[in-house]
Amino acid sequence: MITDQPKYKTSDEVDFVIVGSGAAGGVLAKELSTNGFRVVVLEQGPYLKNSDFVHDEVKVLQQDLLTNHPDLQPATFRKTPDEKAKQQRVVSYGRCVGGSSVHFTANYWRFHEIDFRERSKLGPIAGTGLADWPITYAELEPYFTKVEWEIGVSGLANSSPFDPPRSKPYAMPPLPVKSSGVLFERGARKLGYHPFPAPMAILSRPRAGRGACVNCGFCWGFGCEVAAKSSTLASVIPLAERTGRCEIRANCYVYRIETDAAGHVVGTLYFDQQRNTHLQKAKAVILAANGAETPRLLLLSANKQFPNGLANSSGLVGKYLMFNSNARVEALFEDPLNDYKGFAVSRTIHDFYELDPQKVGFYGGGALDARFDLTPYFFAMSGLPPETPRWGADFKSALRHNFTRTMAIHCTGTSLPLESNSFSLDPDLKDAWGLSALRMTYKDHADDLKLVNWLSARALEILDAAGAEKKWAHPVSEQQFAVHLLGTCRMGTDPRTSVINPDHRTHDVKNLFLCDGSSLVSSGRGQPTMTIQALAYRAADRITALAKRGDIAM
Amino acid sequence: MQDWFSRRKFLLSSTTAVSAAWVTARWPAILAAARHAQHSSQLADPPKFEYFTREQAAEIDAVAARIIPTDGTPGAREAGVVFFIDRALQTFASNDRKLYAEGLSELQVTAREMFPSVGKFSAAAPEQQDEILRSLDKNPPSSLRPFRSRLPAQNFFETVRQHIILGFLIDPDSDLMGNRGGAGWHVIGRESDHMFQPPFGHYDKDYPGWQPAAGGAEKK
Repeated sequence: MITDQPKYKTSDEVDFVIVGSGAAGGVLAKELSTNGFRVVVLEQGPYLKNSDFVHDEVKVLQQDLLTNHPDLQPATFRKTPDEKAKQQRVVSYGRCVGGSSVHFTANYWRFHEIDFRERSKLGPIAGTGLADWPITYAELEPYFTKVEWEIGVSGLANSSPFDPPRSKPYAMPPLPVKSSGVLFERGARKLGYHPFPAPMAILSRPRAGRGACVNCGFCWGFGCEVAAKSSTLASVIPLAERTGRCEIRANCYVYRIETDAAGHVVGTLYFDQQRNTHLQKAKAVILAANGAETPRLLLLSANKQFPNGLANSSGLVGKYLMFNSNARVEALFEDPLNDYKGFAVSRTIHDFYELDPQKVGFYGGGALDARFDLTPYFFAMSGLPPETPRWGADFKSALRHNFTRTMAIHCTGTSLPLESNSFSLDPDLKDAWGLSALRMTYKDHADDLKLVNWLSARALEILDAAGAEKKWAHPVSEQQFAVHLLGTCRMGTDPRTSVINPDHRTHDVKNLFLCDGSSLVSSGRGQPTMTIQALAYRAADRITALAKRGDIAM
Repeated sequence: MQDWFSRRKFLLSSTTAVSAAWVTARWPAILAAARHAQHSSQLADPPKFEYFTREQAAEIDAVAARIIPTDGTPGAREAGVVFFIDRALQTFASNDRKLYAEGLSELQVTAREMFPSVGKFSAAAPEQQDEILRSLDKNPPSSLRPFRSRLPAQNFFETVRQHIILGFLIDPDSDLMGNRGGAGWHVIGRESDHMFQPPFGHYDKDYPGWQPAAGGAEKK
């Protein structure tokens, strides 16, 4: 595919520079280049091929083949703004063409109507920034459908009574059921819940020149060697390249958005692989660098005219960080499930999507899914029941007995947006390029922890009802590490309380747009990538309309 | 595997003979099979130590044999874990060399303190070796950690424990050369293939297909 790409000069003023080639960046690149614009995508990671996607747990999980590396990009953590942050690993995100869509689990349910208007329904929650979105589920619905059909999502329409309305069935039937899914379905139905086939961004049938999933068993955390996982690398980036107008420039680490005297963006400064610096000129810039790196880049771009960072007149860049609260329970069954075969998740329930705070005593909602996503070494380190010895004969016999007989229920839920939870620049620590490191400040709202403890208890009941021989819950603790990076440049109509408008344009800079997890106003109940991609398809339509009527200065 | 590999060669040399759709539909399986077949054919020569001395290797091998012992099924020793660690210290774990050097000394000192009659750890009886390792294991007995939290591996025992388990369970196709002959996967019951068809396990084999809940799912 790479050979089809144009090679723009950095001095060529292209129509758009897109920073990041992940879930959102890949979609924007495809849509805007298809609409006739000249696009350069700057991706900090390498351009990997299917044959690079090995099943080696050292290379992939321990050496961060696909993800940001803590030695190159160290970060710091503190719980509250009055603490001094300490160096630790705080985020993991995809650092390669395709971004986190390369290694994700690929759970692809849509956010529900309630996620967009919960503040209106519940009223304010003291001490939080819970807010309605300026757009509704109905406005996004065509774009959810577009995601399903363009990237390839497997699922069964109308199989969950809690699903929001949809205009079209899924593009493909669901993936096969796993033993974990059958047991989960059995237990959940006994308790009166409504399990349904998990919608997954993985091909269950050959489609668009790509083959169906071969059930290799190295899915979560790994790239797909047969391109059945619907990453942007496998799905839309080849389409962008085929237009002949889109250049994917890998190994380019953007460190600053450059503006002129009028306060307009003129391009982006970046390091190439040899650490030479370049300015890629563009009529407009779209940041799709994820909920951590997008706000970091805005803050790194501070100058005389924008002393608090670019597009930060509200002071909210980096704030209202949300993760999705989560919990995990596991169980052992009598006979082999062999759940290591296949993708991760085959059944889900949304019965707890919208809990009544009056009844449960806390705000929130969540989803449970049945899964097994532990590759062999990872299983040995974290998949055995609590009392198991860590080495020796009994350790070995537990490994031997349990690996094929274990399943998990993963619980994901809401995170309340708190202004004190944020990404900012660390005042002391620098990354390998000399740029201020990411500093994370995060303390879960008490309700988020109550919610996942509550979900975890329901998950244990389901495993009991399914006939588990043994079950256990991982303890819930305050989060200090995250993969869902949400809400840090929230969308809104009021420039005082939001960073971008409903067109994804920053309130402060006319030709600067942001579209990724940072755009979200609320966290949803987990699995945000589907909604991020629907936003990206919609943003591409909005930005195209603005550009065509001369409203971006092009 | 061999069949698929030959078939891939056939496909590549005679694409006119089969339809493009046939190839597209089967390509993932063909590719997966061919890649893994290629990898395993590279495992020909018996490995040699490139980092450890023979004496050091014997001590690490003895530790490995207690972490994952050989019983009715292969243990760390049969999976060639010591060769994996030898390679690890020259590649991804090169930062741990000092820890290993100091840890091996500590291991011997501890062995001689606890059992003055044995000259070195590898010469001690298995029960004695377990006692020595228990005294070096600074981590509390297994308790559950929050999911996906990483256990710090700052001390020698924990580092070598993790490396031994990695060397036992890593994908045998990895060029890090662990899990020799797929021994570790054989022990835990993971089939060596990288492509599978349903049914996968006991509970999904008679699954009748998804049906709405009996009586119809009431709308919320």
